[in-house]
Amino acid sequence: MLAASSVEIRKVNKHFGPFHALKDVDLVIEPGKVNCLIGPSGSGKSTLLRCINFLEEYDSGEIRIDGQLIGYEAPGKKMSGRRLREMRRSIGMVFQQFNLWPHMTARENVAEGLIRVRGMSKSEAHERAAEALTKVGLADRMTNHPARLSGGQQQRVAIARAIAMEPRLMLFDEPTSALDPELVGEVLNVMKTLAGEGMTMVVVTHEMGFAAHVADKVAFMEKGELVSVDIPDRILHHPEDARIQSFLRTYHERNNF
Amino acid sequence: MDWSILQQYGPALLKGFGNTVLCWLLGTVFGMALGLVIALLQRYGSRWLNWIIQVYIEVIRGTPFLVQLFVLYYGGPLIGLRLDALPAGLLGLTIYGSPYFAEIFRSGFRGVPHGQIEAARAIGMSEPAIVRRILLPLGLVSSLPALVNFSIILTKETVILSIITVPELMYQVQRMSTETFRYVEANLVLALFFWALVEAISRVGRRLETHVTKHLIERT
Repeated sequence: MLAASSVEIRKVNKHFGPFHALKDVDLVIEPGKVNCLIGPSGSGKSTLLRCINFLEEYDSGEIRIDGQLIGYEAPGKKMSGRRLREMRRSIGMVFQQFNLWPHMTARENVAEGLIRVRGMSKSEAHERAAEALTKVGLADRMTNHPARLSGGQQQRVAIARAIAMEPRLMLFDEPTSALDPELVGEVLNVMKTLAGEGMTMVVVTHEMGFAAHVADKVAFMEKGELVSVDIPDRILHHPEDARIQSFLRTYHERNNF
Repeated sequence: MDWSILQQYGPALLKGFGNTVLCWLLGTVFGMALGLVIALLQRYGSRWLNWIIQVYIEVIRGTPFLVQLFVLYYGGPLIGLRLDALPAGLLGLTIYGSPYFAEIFRSGFRGVPHGQIEAARAIGMSEPAIVRRILLPLGLVSSLPALVNFSIILTKETVILSIITVPELMYQVQRMSTETFRYVEANLVLALFFWALVEAISRVGRRLETHVTKHLIERT
């Protein structure tokens, strides 16, 4: 069983120029739980996710990982780059566009962080990378460069790259949105396996099936506000808030034919 | 046309060509190195530093190489910078090429998708490691065609070094012309040498490009 982090988000605000992207967002994610963030595009869910590892700087409020404030030493005082990197070591992230490094093979992509960040020897890192790639079902693709992999395979390499670092928290930013429909399943399956191992996961997604079956909690966001957080059944099947009802209606209309 | 003069001037022309290649090669290498440093400083330096760099780029790009060379070679001694012709020529070429190379690298770096840099940040890689392992390899690859192109342009700038008496090919060709009045032959030789040099550079460039992009191109 992997060690799992908790995340506490308190009164977080974020502006992009005049645009108020996050408005007093509060969210608590318990260790080992899977939280899905859903909502219309532009609702701030990706921005919120990116604030959790401080790829996006929030303006005010607090985000704590295992009680430790990320990004700031105290309100208004930025954390040193070194401290931030230390905290990021235990937070894995998977992006919509995979973001593999195209000049490295699948195994080199996974080993890179182990070598540069964890200080492992090349051989040790490659061994660990091979294990991670095997875990995501790509044992036979280790020496392929990203250009020679399908989207689903690339995203699984990206997941392997993150889990090889043994994170206590995994962030997924619309991990299947850039994939052809027939490749979505293989990525979701890997994510389900991870969820089953008790890792804390925050997943921004449009895959309502995944949210319904895998998430412990689902948070609905709209216009920078966190409208509601609850168990999947209450959000997805019996929503009380009109905004959630309207969002799901659009979703169902689009997916019915 | 009378090619017999080549017997007499052949060795001098070859030596001149050797110097041309040397000046071009070193000028290009140093110019690229300086350009790379400038591009990295632009990316990571303070606003104040960026302003200085911008002025440097505008001044060097905005003035003819000939004038820069004159200022360096004849004006240098006035501020205590006394250089022989060859070092002055190399320094001149380096300075002249650097802002162009810097701009090429800058746009090459911009061509590296931001997400790939973010992915490195997200796993906790330090900025120097990101530069070394992600930004440089990918940025250099996308800069390569433009780098080769500008290196080719630089070959022809070397002829200006003859003005400050660097004994390169142009210098020898001019000497041969004035001594024998064989202007056509002399300049044809000059053209031939340059054509050969440029052809060689562009072939090496193409080969290099194929090699470094081998794994980056999607094959389906």
